[in-house]
Amino acid sequence: MANGNGKTGLLERVRERTSEAVDRLRGSQFVESVLRPGSPFKKGYADSPRNRSYVIMNNVLYHLHPVKVKRHGVKLSYTLCLGGLSFFLFILLTITGIFLMFYYAPTAERAYADIQALSTNVAFGSLVRNMHRWGAHLMVLTVFLHMSRVFYHGAYKPPREFNWVVGVVLLLLTLLLSFTGYLLPWDQLALWAVTVGTNMAGFVPVFGDQVKFALLAGVEVTAGTLLRWYVLHVLFLPFIIVIFMAVHFWRVRKDGGISGPL
Amino acid sequence: MTEIPESLLRRSAEAKAKALGVPVEQVLAEMKGEAPPSTPPAATEPEPATEEPTPSAETAAEGGAPAGGGGSDDIDALLEKAAAVAGMPQALLRRSAEAKAKALGVPLVNVLAEMAGEAPPAAAEVAPETPGEAAPQPAEAPAAVAVEEPSVPAPTGNGGGKVAAVVSPRPTMPPAGVPEGVRTQRLLTVVKAKAIQQVKAEPHDKVNTWPHLMLVEFVALLAMTGLLIVMSVALQAPLLEAANPNLTPNPSKAPWYFLGLQELLSYFDPQIAGVTVPTVVGLIGFMMIPYVDRNPSTKPSDRKLAIMLYTIFLAGSATLTILGVLFRGKGFNFSYPWKDGIFFDDLKDWVSFE
Repeated sequence: MANGNGKTGLLERVRERTSEAVDRLRGSQFVESVLRPGSPFKKGYADSPRNRSYVIMNNVLYHLHPVKVKRHGVKLSYTLCLGGLSFFLFILLTITGIFLMFYYAPTAERAYADIQALSTNVAFGSLVRNMHRWGAHLMVLTVFLHMSRVFYHGAYKPPREFNWVVGVVLLLLTLLLSFTGYLLPWDQLALWAVTVGTNMAGFVPVFGDQVKFALLAGVEVTAGTLLRWYVLHVLFLPFIIVIFMAVHFWRVRKDGGISGPL
Repeated sequence: MTEIPESLLRRSAEAKAKALGVPVEQVLAEMKGEAPPSTPPAATEPEPATEEPTPSAETAAEGGAPAGGGGSDDIDALLEKAAAVAGMPQALLRRSAEAKAKALGVPLVNVLAEMAGEAPPAAAEVAPETPGEAAPQPAEAPAAVAVEEPSVPAPTGNGGGKVAAVVSPRPTMPPAGVPEGVRTQRLLTVVKAKAIQQVKAEPHDKVNTWPHLMLVEFVALLAMTGLLIVMSVALQAPLLEAANPNLTPNPSKAPWYFLGLQELLSYFDPQIAGVTVPTVVGLIGFMMIPYVDRNPSTKPSDRKLAIMLYTIFLAGSATLTILGVLFRGKGFNFSYPWKDGIFFDDLKDWVSFE
């Protein structure tokens, strides 16, 4: 490229220096200590079967996966990624939810005003709230579609029966998470949707009133209900669902990986 | 017999001696190449079967009788046939054949033909693995010659080059001068029905998770993130007036995923529709599906009833939910969204009929 053009020469030199610096950084003890063997970001990474295995084995996040998967499982048309997308939405909801918690107090006096202020006074507040709400709806949808996909593939059959049971619990927890979040904006929509929903719970035979009382922390939706549902929404239910998800993902591996082929 | 630890060798020799009823010394001597093989040598040898999967060895045994030439078929047909013979996926077989062809410097067609049982085994087949083993055995002298002159086309009556999956000497093409009745093969081992290593796993066609699966997942995550951001920019989440317990909106609707239930409540007794249906059918029933459906097949044609029932459930719940979301107006009475408007606040920003 050295064609005597001074500008190109400078560009070349800058590029050379940059790649030298990057190489030195990647070769440094610190970066070497951060990256486990086989990381594609490591100096001198070569695309070999051994390194492809290391990428999975030596990374805490990718470790959810086995080193090798059945070829048909890679096809998008088999799973449509629905289980993975449900998990991904859960992570997005956790991140956006933590953001929302900074600006929200679960009291009857402040809740509604906080949501209003969030939409107008906070940078990206409206966007993050929208993402949280639509993401929650999408997650209910993806979890349900994931269940349907598993059913149509007969993937609940031995040895995967128990993981199906865990999955139904996860669907229930997803619905509960979404429903407890529904109350938090403390507007008319929230209040009356929850009133209607908990009225249904009041029809439980024998214990109906008790169940309703426990859910509402009273006989109707009040400030106590708001606090209770907030704690359920941001602490208790996420805690429980993470445990069930861990078992769910672990059992996918232990029960022989992805099901099929049909 | 290079590189096998003494203790392992000894144990294998003892086992063999016991099985054959011969003294251990004799077996050992035979293993070291100091005595002619009275009986089959050991099968316990831990064979580093790296690039040569066992099925190809088995097919090589079948295709042992030299048929001369026969490698002109096109690759796909051969691949299909070889896959049928070996009972393994075509993609795996092809990869193995390619590796073998590359290692031996033979055209792919020849290797495939051999795997399909249409041609004699390629000449140099196991040469790299057992270079020293063949030489000292008197019975193998013809085979050693065959290595040096791999193109000798003389047919033989002795047939196949291999017995089962065990490393064997050269394919059997004795030079023309071998007198009638002289053994050109030695029996390496007799593999009993119950092998020492039982292979239980079927050969699966697998690919590396990185990059094949990770790439698909990454694209899916990006697409989902994109969809969510576009939705969130375009559609505002609803926020009505502040909560007021004294002012009941008309109609009052549950979140959309419970609206199917609310719809049921308007037809049936609340004890049935509100509780019995969702808890008994929805939860316990769904959890029990794998224990009720004992049909082991996953083929759709074998599970028509199950698929039909689930599809009815899907269609039913979708119908009820859509009815509840769009077609219920004031007082939860039926209404038409295009005439009376939409009574569902999450959707207000999405659709309008004005």
